[in-house]
Amino acid sequence: MSSLRKPQPVPRRDFLGAAALMTCGATLGLATVGMARLPFPAVIAGESSKIKIGRPDDIAMGEERWVPSARAFVFRDKDGVHAISGVCTHLGCIVSRAPTGFACPCHGSRFGPQGEVTKGPAPSALPWLEISLAPDGQLVVDVESRTATGSRFRV
Amino acid sequence: MVASIENTPSALKTFAENLKRAPIRLRESVFRHDWPDTDRTRSQAVFANFFLHLHSTRIHERTLRFWSTCGMGVGALANFVLLTVTGILLMVYYKPSTDLAYQSIKDITFIVPTGQFIRNIHRWSAHMMVVFVLLHMVRVFYTSAYKSPREFNWLVGMALLVLTLGLSFTGYLLPWDQLAYWAITIGSNIAQSPREVTDAIGVTRFFDPGGLQKRILLGADTVGQEAVTRFYLLHVMVLPLFMIGLIGVHFWRVRKDGGLARPADEPGTPVRLLTGQTVSFAPAPEKTYGLMALVRGKTPQVDRGPEHTITAWPNAFYAEMAVLMATCTICLVLALIADAPLKEIANPGVPENPAKAPWYFLGLQELVSYSAFMGGIGIPTLVLLGLGLIPFLDSEADTGGLWPTSLTHRLLIAGSAFFSAFVVIALLAFTIRFGWLRSWFPHIPQLIIIVLNPGTLLVALFAEFSLCIMNRYNSTRAGAVALFTCFIVAFVILTYVATVHRGPNWSFYWSRSQWPIH
Repeated sequence: MSSLRKPQPVPRRDFLGAAALMTCGATLGLATVGMARLPFPAVIAGESSKIKIGRPDDIAMGEERWVPSARAFVFRDKDGVHAISGVCTHLGCIVSRAPTGFACPCHGSRFGPQGEVTKGPAPSALPWLEISLAPDGQLVVDVESRTATGSRFRV
Repeated sequence: MVASIENTPSALKTFAENLKRAPIRLRESVFRHDWPDTDRTRSQAVFANFFLHLHSTRIHERTLRFWSTCGMGVGALANFVLLTVTGILLMVYYKPSTDLAYQSIKDITFIVPTGQFIRNIHRWSAHMMVVFVLLHMVRVFYTSAYKSPREFNWLVGMALLVLTLGLSFTGYLLPWDQLAYWAITIGSNIAQSPREVTDAIGVTRFFDPGGLQKRILLGADTVGQEAVTRFYLLHVMVLPLFMIGLIGVHFWRVRKDGGLARPADEPGTPVRLLTGQTVSFAPAPEKTYGLMALVRGKTPQVDRGPEHTITAWPNAFYAEMAVLMATCTICLVLALIADAPLKEIANPGVPENPAKAPWYFLGLQELVSYSAFMGGIGIPTLVLLGLGLIPFLDSEADTGGLWPTSLTHRLLIAGSAFFSAFVVIALLAFTIRFGWLRSWFPHIPQLIIIVLNPGTLLVALFAEFSLCIMNRYNSTRAGAVALFTCFIVAFVILTYVATVHRGPNWSFYWSRSQWPIH
């Protein structure tokens, strides 16, 4: 005689109960996933990341200027125009120009003249921003972009 | 006599009679008993009333001694009530929009009758609530009140601490002034700071929890209208709902876990109550009590509370009212003395210098100035984890309820405090004087700084110290005391340095008068 017990059938009541419970769970789970989708809009509110900063001729040779709308420092030298982001890579404060480069007021990060970190908690250098020319002849800075340190836009 | 002849009175007459008795019957349907004026009826009233039922009808005499609780828990609740009331009043005028928020706060300050006063109260009781909640935690820890069976309530209490801080943080943005804008910019970038780690190991493109956290907080890439809407929603709706729910669970568990933690009863000297009455206690009989045992009269327990308990009405109610009144008084005085600040309207182009968070976050801000991720997320998570695990890692049996009295115990606390103060001050002084890794090796990988910075060094030293103490005293409680004391002292010192000695560009200054022109 086999000592194996005959598999017991699952009582109908238990099966239905478990099925109902799982249905509830699945419904709630799916609803939660759906709701978690809501706080992330398909289009991010806010300004365009591409900011016009004026015609190349408006910036004098050797000039540097702070462009508040782009939150960036724009420089012009003999090689061309370049822009360095003024948003601290640590926690997003606006850096100011210091004799040795840039200084952040919030947590004491210091950057060299090329934007490299020299002191403080900033995890990375101030990014150089991509510059292009708009059809109307104005320079455009893309504040979301990154370009290699030292690269210039020839004008 | 018409009425005596007719068996059934006319409907009109019944109606008139009912109308006359309506107020009385309404009252009876609500309260179901007369004004209670004996211990028995009062106990029944407490038992039968939804709100009073929060208390058991009798509470232990020790519960009402000042040094048992210092009134901190009830005081925190009192602040929450104050905040709810003043918050609703402020909502009458406040407009959660970037265009209107600042002006509406100005209206509240300058035009609305009592507006500024109400805002002052709201601000001061928010500060006080943080203080009370922290002191409450300190009290519970040092009186060992977190021990079995109260482990879970310790966790609920920590959730309430986090909610309290969350409510403060979300409220900070709403005035839309410079302070608000920059504190939230920093705060949301701290939420994004796991990117510091994912960037360092180069996986941000595939796995970016930091960006996700910032996105869900701000709804955009920068602090703007979406952020104001979300913070408003969190501040006035989501967090308070969680708060109320968890406060309910917290209080319910206090009752279910047997009331305030306390040592075993010892028949002793009579106790003078707040009501002026003096009671002495009979040794506890070995039986359980129903409400019948509360009858005042000729029983073996005449004028003696069984098992060192006294009636909640009026004794506990007096005490709670006293704490409520004291809290309100302190808050009103502070609100009369100092106005809630309102800086210039938010300007995304010019940061405050120095941009400081509210004082209870300044300890963290000091740590953030070494590494955003470690200071803002890594270390707070470790501290919360450590605090939460305390009741489970230190399971030495103790009824709790007593402050440490033995010389060994007190020396341990003093020693830990001294160790912590020494280490924190030494490390701060060293960092301020000589800088940290980045100043010496500008090209050092960020990952090394994340792992090795003054903040992580402190945590490691405290953990090591705590393990040494645990081994030396051969007691997990001793280890817990050492660790908790270290963290509290470090929190106080870091908060102090960041509040008083950090100036423009987060540089160190002995006093404000040394700040440079900026």
